[in-house]
Amino acid sequence: MNYEEVLSGRISAVPPSGIRKFFDIASQMKDAISLGVGEPDFNTPWDYNDAAIYSLRQGHTHYTSNWGLIELREAISEYLKVRFSIAYDPNREIMVTVGASEGIDIALRALVEPGDEVIVPDPAYVSYMPGIIFAGGTCVPVPTFAQDDFRMTAENLKKAITPRTKALIFPYPNNPTGAVMRREHMEEIAQVLRGTNIIVIADEIYAELTYGGARHVSFASIPGMWERTITLNGFSKAFAMTGWRMGYACAPRELLAVMCKIHQYTIMCAPTPGQYAATEAIRIGLDNDFADVLHMVRTYDRRRRLVVSACREMGLDCFEPNGAFYAFPSIRKTGMTSQEFCTAFLKAEKVATVPGDAFGDGGRGHIRISYAAATDKLIEAMKRMERFVSGL
Amino acid sequence: MVSQLELNILEILNEDARTSEKRIAAMTGAPVEEVQKAISRLEEEKIIVSYPAMINWDAVDVNQVEALIEVRVSPQRGEGFDAIAEQIYRFDEVSSVYLMSGAYDLMVLMHGRSLKELSLFVTEKLSTLEHVISTATHFVLKRYKDNGVILEGRQGDHRLVVSP
Repeated sequence: MNYEEVLSGRISAVPPSGIRKFFDIASQMKDAISLGVGEPDFNTPWDYNDAAIYSLRQGHTHYTSNWGLIELREAISEYLKVRFSIAYDPNREIMVTVGASEGIDIALRALVEPGDEVIVPDPAYVSYMPGIIFAGGTCVPVPTFAQDDFRMTAENLKKAITPRTKALIFPYPNNPTGAVMRREHMEEIAQVLRGTNIIVIADEIYAELTYGGARHVSFASIPGMWERTITLNGFSKAFAMTGWRMGYACAPRELLAVMCKIHQYTIMCAPTPGQYAATEAIRIGLDNDFADVLHMVRTYDRRRRLVVSACREMGLDCFEPNGAFYAFPSIRKTGMTSQEFCTAFLKAEKVATVPGDAFGDGGRGHIRISYAAATDKLIEAMKRMERFVSGL
Repeated sequence: MVSQLELNILEILNEDARTSEKRIAAMTGAPVEEVQKAISRLEEEKIIVSYPAMINWDAVDVNQVEALIEVRVSPQRGEGFDAIAEQIYRFDEVSSVYLMSGAYDLMVLMHGRSLKELSLFVTEKLSTLEHVISTATHFVLKRYKDNGVILEGRQGDHRLVVSP
């Protein structure tokens, strides 16, 4: 059978993930130190696991509402109010999803019609571009630059907008760069959007992980932006719950109703035990002022400084990443491409990092270093990187 | 009250007491002199008391027995429990003494080379102290987790080597 004839051309045309390619190389290498991981090295706090186990013992193994458990939605509503000053009604403005990833997919499918354009900062998380294509749209990358601290600028956004622009994906704090957008920068973006019909898909999965004093500002909290924003978030990064696949989407009810239509026909509901674990995560956080989260943030912050100062000491340009858990140094000085650098570094020193261009052309000449790794491993990896760079 | 820098220093040293001042400076973004000053203050204030290594003696081929002893005492007028606690913690065999709420008063942790040695200590020295009403000795059979560190069992990094 000629499978090419039966498979969707649109889907087949999406290039394979650069991450996947590098994973295949890195997983061959025994005993490598991996700084290529996009998830916390902390384990899920046992209290959350215990809540899920207890829910199983209680026999809570049935479907929940399509929207998710009401107690979880109420907890999310309270959490967003307390932590990020945004108000969403637990009835009809919050939906529990299978990770924030599902949120990206259903938000795009709810909005995009063939030929519609969706603007995405470049570099950015690997799923946006394929998600846009799967939904039948066209991805319009807006380059971001180290000299702007990898922020999306109003000027470059303006240049990318056309009459076909349907949405803007706004993923800050950013994976892979670690860039954040401060309130004043968001105001400038908001100024461009006011008076348009462009919907903002704000992927705020790293919202809790910001450093250097200033807390993350939710895009929906910028005056006038709530009505056009779909806020996506989840439990993976802030609560170390990646494998649970617990996320949520928040939006004005007219938008969320359509997203829920897709969700109810394709997913039904997010897994029930995970919803109990997530409810417990927020309950404990509200009780102890998010002490677990703050402890993780302090730990990440120390590792972040360690990695950034090590990169700079070895002569690499590295802008100050104030969010997520990635550093994104430039390796242009070495004369190598990102792919060459990461492959040679892995082979010579057994340390896995990810080529910046796996996240879009804007990542060329950079590598992504995840500092979600134990401190002693990071120190050893930076020592090896220093040796590798100085030997070039 | 400790400052944000001091809190960071405490967490770093709690994880690895051998972390150099230079590295702490890199991890906190504070100048080395400021780190040194903060550590000195923490030491003077007895917030950092000492820098011992955490050793899993079970893995070492030396005889080492640990016991946890519940001690009921009658408090003394004007002294409360402090005087009797002091009489107990002065012994070198005793590694920790805590005043407890609940069914007994003092919890005494002690180390010795053998069951016999510890038993002798309890019967001859501890029980015979004035004001000690009774003792109950529990020997430690196996240590699973100490001071937040899991000593054995399934651990390690189970994440994918590279993920987006």
